[in-house]
Amino acid sequence: MTLTDTLRLSFSAILSYRTRSLLIVFAMALGVAAVVVLTAIGDGARNYVINQFSSIGTNLLVVLPGRAETSGAFPGAVLGQTPRDLTLKDAQLLGRLPQVRRYAPLNVGEAELSAANRLREVTVLGSNAELIPIRHMKLAQGSFLAHGSAYSAQIVLGAKLAQDFFPLSHAVGQRVRLGENRFLVSGVLAPQGESMGFNTDEIVIIPVEQAQSLFNTTSLFRILVEAKSHNQIDSAKNAILETLKHSHDGEEDITVITQDAILATFDRILHALTLAVAGIAAISLIVAGILVMNVMLVAVNQRTAEIGLLKAIGAHAKDIRNLFFAEALWLSLAGAMIGFLLGQLGSLILRLAYPQLPAWAPVWASLAGILVALITGILASMLPANKAARLNAVEALSKK
Amino acid sequence: MIQLSGITRIFHMGDQRINALDHVDLKIQNGEYVSIMGPSGSGKSTLLNIIGLLDRPDSGDYVLDGKTVTDLSEAEQARIRREKIGFVFQSFHLVPRLTAAENIELPLILSDIPPKERITRVNNALRAFDLFDRALHRPSELSGGQRQRVAIARATIMKPTAILADEPTGNLDHQIGAEVISLLENLHESGTTIIIVTHDRELGNRAHRQLMLRDGKILADKRHDAD
Repeated sequence: MTLTDTLRLSFSAILSYRTRSLLIVFAMALGVAAVVVLTAIGDGARNYVINQFSSIGTNLLVVLPGRAETSGAFPGAVLGQTPRDLTLKDAQLLGRLPQVRRYAPLNVGEAELSAANRLREVTVLGSNAELIPIRHMKLAQGSFLAHGSAYSAQIVLGAKLAQDFFPLSHAVGQRVRLGENRFLVSGVLAPQGESMGFNTDEIVIIPVEQAQSLFNTTSLFRILVEAKSHNQIDSAKNAILETLKHSHDGEEDITVITQDAILATFDRILHALTLAVAGIAAISLIVAGILVMNVMLVAVNQRTAEIGLLKAIGAHAKDIRNLFFAEALWLSLAGAMIGFLLGQLGSLILRLAYPQLPAWAPVWASLAGILVALITGILASMLPANKAARLNAVEALSKK
Repeated sequence: MIQLSGITRIFHMGDQRINALDHVDLKIQNGEYVSIMGPSGSGKSTLLNIIGLLDRPDSGDYVLDGKTVTDLSEAEQARIRREKIGFVFQSFHLVPRLTAAENIELPLILSDIPPKERITRVNNALRAFDLFDRALHRPSELSGGQRQRVAIARATIMKPTAILADEPTGNLDHQIGAEVISLLENLHESGTTIIIVTHDRELGNRAHRQLMLRDGKILADKRHDAD
């Protein structure tokens, strides 16, 4: 029997056993759709986290005081030492490194902001003008520490604060009181919403020197550094460690975290998660495969007389085996295609429902889902097909 | 020519051994018209199945057209069934989801005949068996006589040397049965070997040679010339 005839005859069999065929196709489709949708969620979550992390800066390195030891405590602790603080001087030293495009020292604290008879506790960032570009923030109005005003008492308000304190007028040019000191509003941040659990719409930014005097400290919370290019991140990291070791009397008591390393870690973890979820979804495909086997066995029983007849009129065992194979192939193919479309539809609905979650199924997952469906379908039909091919013609013919 | 010598077929029913065929020797020339009669369980159908290569004897030799076929592989036996033998069954054995034309076409499909030639041959067969206006009907939409005509058309479409019919009229009323028999007799007249297994004495006596079977043995082998 030729391939075309095998495919045609098996297709006509599928059409004539409609309920059975629909059941198998449905089971297969559900399995494939599960793979597609679940990996879309997994990969969407991965992309979501990575976008969030990328949005806080480019080629970013974060310098923090103290050494993260893999075991044991800070080596100086037994001698009653505490890690040396990061200072503005350290920050300026880093600014001179050739790998560094810009740097921003950072102090964080809480203070009372008051103006126009309103009062509220706000998060205060103390930094320099570079903080805005390094952190990918944008000013909606005004400026921050424009040239020649490095030490002046100016303040940038988060979008929501500006709206709350000065609902009717321009915030820029207004005077506000932060703690004990008076500040001139020089700019307003563009609304950005939540990013990494930190709402930039409800913060204020002041010059780092002002922040240090406000919080009565000389140390820095962090230094943010942007490397000149992606390739220079590692060398920048080494240079920073070297420079600060030198300025801290040979003690390596700081930690440098690169955005890249964190990104890579998140990427790995979430990718593994997507794989795991795909694996779980693939189990439903195996279950569908067992259903295929079951239903095909019933089909062989139902069509015993027909198989006997085919043998009587000269069909080879191979012809009969191929007929049942082809049936399984058609069914799995239809199931895989419908499942793929269902999965894409599901992902689309997810994307519409949660626009911030880029729920696109990765190509490898869709291909793997379709392939596993086809393979399980064919494997599952092997036993029934062989059973049909081996039927004794005389006994088969005597069955109704 | 069909030559059976010492053909034995044993079935096991629990502890019992049943000799369905017990050292049967038989020679049937090409173009003969033979009926096989005998009580139930006498081995009639087993004999027909062995002649049709659907069943293998436990011992004995079967030579078909000068060639020993007993030891052929499954695939080679399938090829001989396809090319030399046509079956007609009591219960027709049509594939229910295929139309009359498609049922007749099946042996041609199994023999890899190209589609164009298939259509011509199926159309000729439909005309020859007066089924042309029933070509696109499924078996469930056909009368018993029409179904058996489709089955005979299917059995003859490969131009076999022998037609083996197992109770071909068993499910038909007398008149329709007589029509079916006359179709088979027409085939005999054009040179095809016809072997009919039947209960019906009247029907069996129409054949030019009658075999009587009992307990797996040929009891009588009578001939009378064509009327």
